Amino acid sequence: MPDSLPAHSVGITEPQQMQFEEPLELACGRVLPHYELTVETYGELNRTASNAVLICHALSGNHHAAGYHSPDDRKPGWWDAYIGPGKPIDTNRFFVVCPNNLGGCHGSTGPCSINPDTGQPWGRDFPPLRARDWVHSQARLAAKLGIGQWAAVIGGSLGGMNAMRWALEYPDRLRHCVVIASALKLSAQNIAFNEIARRAIKSDPDFCEGDYLARGKIPRQGLALARMIGHVTYLSDELMGTRFGRELRRGTFERGRDTPIEFQVESYLRYQGDSFSDHFDANTYLLMTKILDYFDLAREYGDDPVAAFRHALCKFLVVSFSSDWRFSPVRSEEIVNALVGANREVAYAAIDSEFGHDAFLLPNHRYESVFRAYMNKVAAEADQLARAE
Amino acid sequence: MMLRIDLEILQQWIAPNSRVLDLGCGDGTLLQSLTETRGIEGYGLEIDPERITACIEKGVNVIETDINQGLSQYPDDSFDTVVMTNSLQALTRPDRTLGEMLRIGKECVVTFPNFGNIRSRTFLAVRGRMPVTKQLTYQWFDTPNIHFCTVRDFEALCHDMEIRVLHREVVTERKPDRHLKSIWPNLFGETAVYHLSK
Repeated sequence: MPDSLPAHSVGITEPQQMQFEEPLELACGRVLPHYELTVETYGELNRTASNAVLICHALSGNHHAAGYHSPDDRKPGWWDAYIGPGKPIDTNRFFVVCPNNLGGCHGSTGPCSINPDTGQPWGRDFPPLRARDWVHSQARLAAKLGIGQWAAVIGGSLGGMNAMRWALEYPDRLRHCVVIASALKLSAQNIAFNEIARRAIKSDPDFCEGDYLARGKIPRQGLALARMIGHVTYLSDELMGTRFGRELRRGTFERGRDTPIEFQVESYLRYQGDSFSDHFDANTYLLMTKILDYFDLAREYGDDPVAAFRHALCKFLVVSFSSDWRFSPVRSEEIVNALVGANREVAYAAIDSEFGHDAFLLPNHRYESVFRAYMNKVAAEADQLARAE
Repeated sequence: MMLRIDLEILQQWIAPNSRVLDLGCGDGTLLQSLTETRGIEGYGLEIDPERITACIEKGVNVIETDINQGLSQYPDDSFDTVVMTNSLQALTRPDRTLGEMLRIGKECVVTFPNFGNIRSRTFLAVRGRMPVTKQLTYQWFDTPNIHFCTVRDFEALCHDMEIRVLHREVVTERKPDRHLKSIWPNLFGETAVYHLSK
């Protein structure tokens, strides 16, 4: 953390551990007898619980969306640019709930947790999940917190898919759905990138067919490689050009010298890969990429996204970023067109940015004004509901 | 709420509770008014970032779109009325967009500044320069209005494209012209308002 708390920060936050004893039937047919979720909340729930907002994190995200865990933290939570007092998701007005998803590796029940049947970590035996399993686990979280209807369910990327699934599974339990840099389903190219990442992990000898925890090993190299591949696809060519170009970190091309050469971009990617593999679990990475691949909003609605969205009751905000080629603006426009076809309320902004898919996490003036304008309406509505009761 | 005069007129042609698409919806004033007074379900297409934010502030359904790229995402007859106010002259191919509007909407409403207005004509005739008026404030080199037309030009296009004109009105904010415009619409109308169908 910087020496003093930055303005508009939620400050020091503390995750809570929440237990769910009722068995959860999963989409795959298996049952989790009980589970826990690690959750952070910011702001205050109002008297009528009309101001609650659910944040759905993406592939590598977790419950720590804003603020700092300790004064020694170098960086705040992953969405600190947009969550905090006076920010678009204004913690002076909203009660913000951000869980680590089921299957995650930051405290919620997942492949690193102990399987009660064996007394060993679940590892590769952890049941495969779908986005809807997250939705159902989050619905129970809402019930536990006394939230009957979310003011908004908000997510970027994989989190956007989670948010859209909410709108179809529990239509009357959310008033707004904010879908950022997301898609109705992944393209073949996207699935291909995920498969390369998975192959990288599985090829690491320390992966041990997924049983690495029980054997006291970690497939660090494989996970780092998977992250490096992913990371390249989250940036744009333009951004990598301006940020790194062909700059050398060490070595020279001078004739007569044979010192080894390292480009800045190589060292950057290696750092990204290594630091990721220090705090992320390989089985969770496999699980999350599978959830991404299998997600298809309209599959059970005759492959018709218009028919799917007819089940939704909430209003939508959809946002895309120009240089995002992993979840391109075309994918967001498919969402918007289906919503218009289904006669659902929707606003759509296509933000100019050179930051690729990562743009949804980063400060951007226009993105912020669009997000703020929309959330102001959501907050005003929540206030009105609180007054009406 | 006070609306621009062409917006005031076109409202009468929008059926209550119908589905409306507004091309170049600006800050969403028209859609907001139609939602409040006629209970329509409306969507607006807009490209300007500030106007898009203004729509979101009003709670108007706005979809960032470059109309010049085509409207193939909207199925045939998917709207009751497609509206375009004061944008025709800024399009790359007004004829193609007009064709698309009539494909998507059962009916269409189009309003545009009448370049045949006496003030434009006199400006060009007397000064020999492209008209810059209170309504059309741009210079020729920086104007977004790249396809000006007159009432008569528009009628000729409707004839060529076999478009049915259901209603037409020309309006002017200038008091003395208000009587003259009904006799010589192409001379005294400042803004033309057309209600069209296939």
